[in-house]
Amino acid sequence: MDIDAIKRDYDIFTRDESLIYLDSCATSLTPRIVTAKLLEYYNSYNANIARGAYKASTKATEEFEMSRKVVANFLNAQLEEVVFTSGTTASLNMIAHGLTSQISNTDNIVVTAMEHHANFIPWQQLCEHTHADFRVAPITDDGLLDTDQLLELIDENTKILALTHVSNVLGTINPIKELTQKVRAKNQNTLIVVDAAQSVAHMKLDVADVDCDFLAFSMHKLFGPTGVGVLYGKKEHLEKLTPIFTGGEMIQEVTTACTTFRELPHRLEAGTPHIAGVIASQEAIAYAKSFGFEKIREHEKELLTYCTNNLVENFGDDIKIFGPCDISLRSGAISFTLKNHHPHDIATILDDKKNVAIRAGQHCAMPLHLETLKTNATARVSFSVYNTKADIDAFIDGLKKVDEILS
Amino acid sequence: MDLYQEEILEHYHHPQNSGKLNNPTHERCANNPTCGDKICVTIDVINDVINDINFEGEGCAISQAATSMVTDKIKGDTVENALAITRDDIIDILGIEVGIGRIRCALLGIETIQKALEYGKIKK
Repeated sequence: MDIDAIKRDYDIFTRDESLIYLDSCATSLTPRIVTAKLLEYYNSYNANIARGAYKASTKATEEFEMSRKVVANFLNAQLEEVVFTSGTTASLNMIAHGLTSQISNTDNIVVTAMEHHANFIPWQQLCEHTHADFRVAPITDDGLLDTDQLLELIDENTKILALTHVSNVLGTINPIKELTQKVRAKNQNTLIVVDAAQSVAHMKLDVADVDCDFLAFSMHKLFGPTGVGVLYGKKEHLEKLTPIFTGGEMIQEVTTACTTFRELPHRLEAGTPHIAGVIASQEAIAYAKSFGFEKIREHEKELLTYCTNNLVENFGDDIKIFGPCDISLRSGAISFTLKNHHPHDIATILDDKKNVAIRAGQHCAMPLHLETLKTNATARVSFSVYNTKADIDAFIDGLKKVDEILS
Repeated sequence: MDLYQEEILEHYHHPQNSGKLNNPTHERCANNPTCGDKICVTIDVINDVINDINFEGEGCAISQAATSMVTDKIKGDTVENALAITRDDIIDILGIEVGIGRIRCALLGIETIQKALEYGKIKK
């Protein structure tokens, strides 16, 4: 990959040439073709969708539905199985709340210890409200999902298994397809919900192949705009999902006595969505596809290896890296601690001294940090197509400076 | 201006009033969920004056230094004055610009102290 050319796809690097952005797990940068598409909507066919009888509204509706086609094709899903939301969090909450009436106090719901809050709290809340049993599958010392223990938690009363495809802290890639098969062998009715927030920009997703029941991700981690998410669900399950948002555009007929809802996917898309964002999402997906996920993965592995080796060479036992050592089992994130320097101080000094942007804190994964990793916070670097080995060199230099200041 | 001034680092490495009072009249713990910082304070109030104050916890340089500095400032002063300390006062005490990304770190200590004084009275 020609990274110099890739960097030129982003206006942010033109404005700030020295920027070293190592926080793509939080949000990816947005290439010009995506921001241009956002503007195209506002400047050329700014109208609400699915309700105007004039040219701009028709064009906006066509572009909006084109994005649905692009997403469906990207996921290998059916058109009506793709619902646009405001993000992963909204998608997961819509599933959890929408399934409430199907859960009873004799059921149980299984999640994992490596979940981000967005795929943890909705299920914990659902169990609180329905008095179902909330079960958390542990992880191993290497930061891998303990699949044996997870399977032990699955029984005939397991209604839902919600798990992340890739951990936002450990980088661990979970073997979703294999797990789906094993879980189905134990209970074919367990609904499998996949949080793909951290995998969508890094590996090919094929919902038909994986055979999950629901899947959620945000476009802003895939070169797209913030405020747009996708909720994928198998048609049979989406049809049974109670819409938690009701209102305009999702109805068939409304009388003072009762309301009937529209067909999928519209019944789950109440109100005016982020039209420009959804439209621009087609460009974001095209952009990701232009590299190909094999190339993206290859590049990511190279950076992971280079960064890990450099951290260990330069800081030895002072650096603690969380997550699996085997690069083939992890995606593009490295969470670490350096001596007892607080991650927030590390991040601030890297920004101040080297213009290096990294994440610090608990990364919205408090149970994982406090209960499993037994650490208050970690610092995290994460990579995307625009990162180079030189970025990592600058980060390592900065980390030496951090150590100098704080020691 | 550089966030990591000599004085701040000095307070971070050698915090004042560190520890836990044996027989406090007020106590409180609080955390900052974005960074995982946690601070517990114990205070001894006699006749509405802060006779002694200690704090312990884990946190970043900014939160630890700010807490250390503010405990120094309020020790011996009245409860009323401690409760009147504002965000701007903390920035003055630190002597640096603290951006929106780190202001919660800087305020964790004083907020915990003020909550301890207001709601953390130990029943004896």
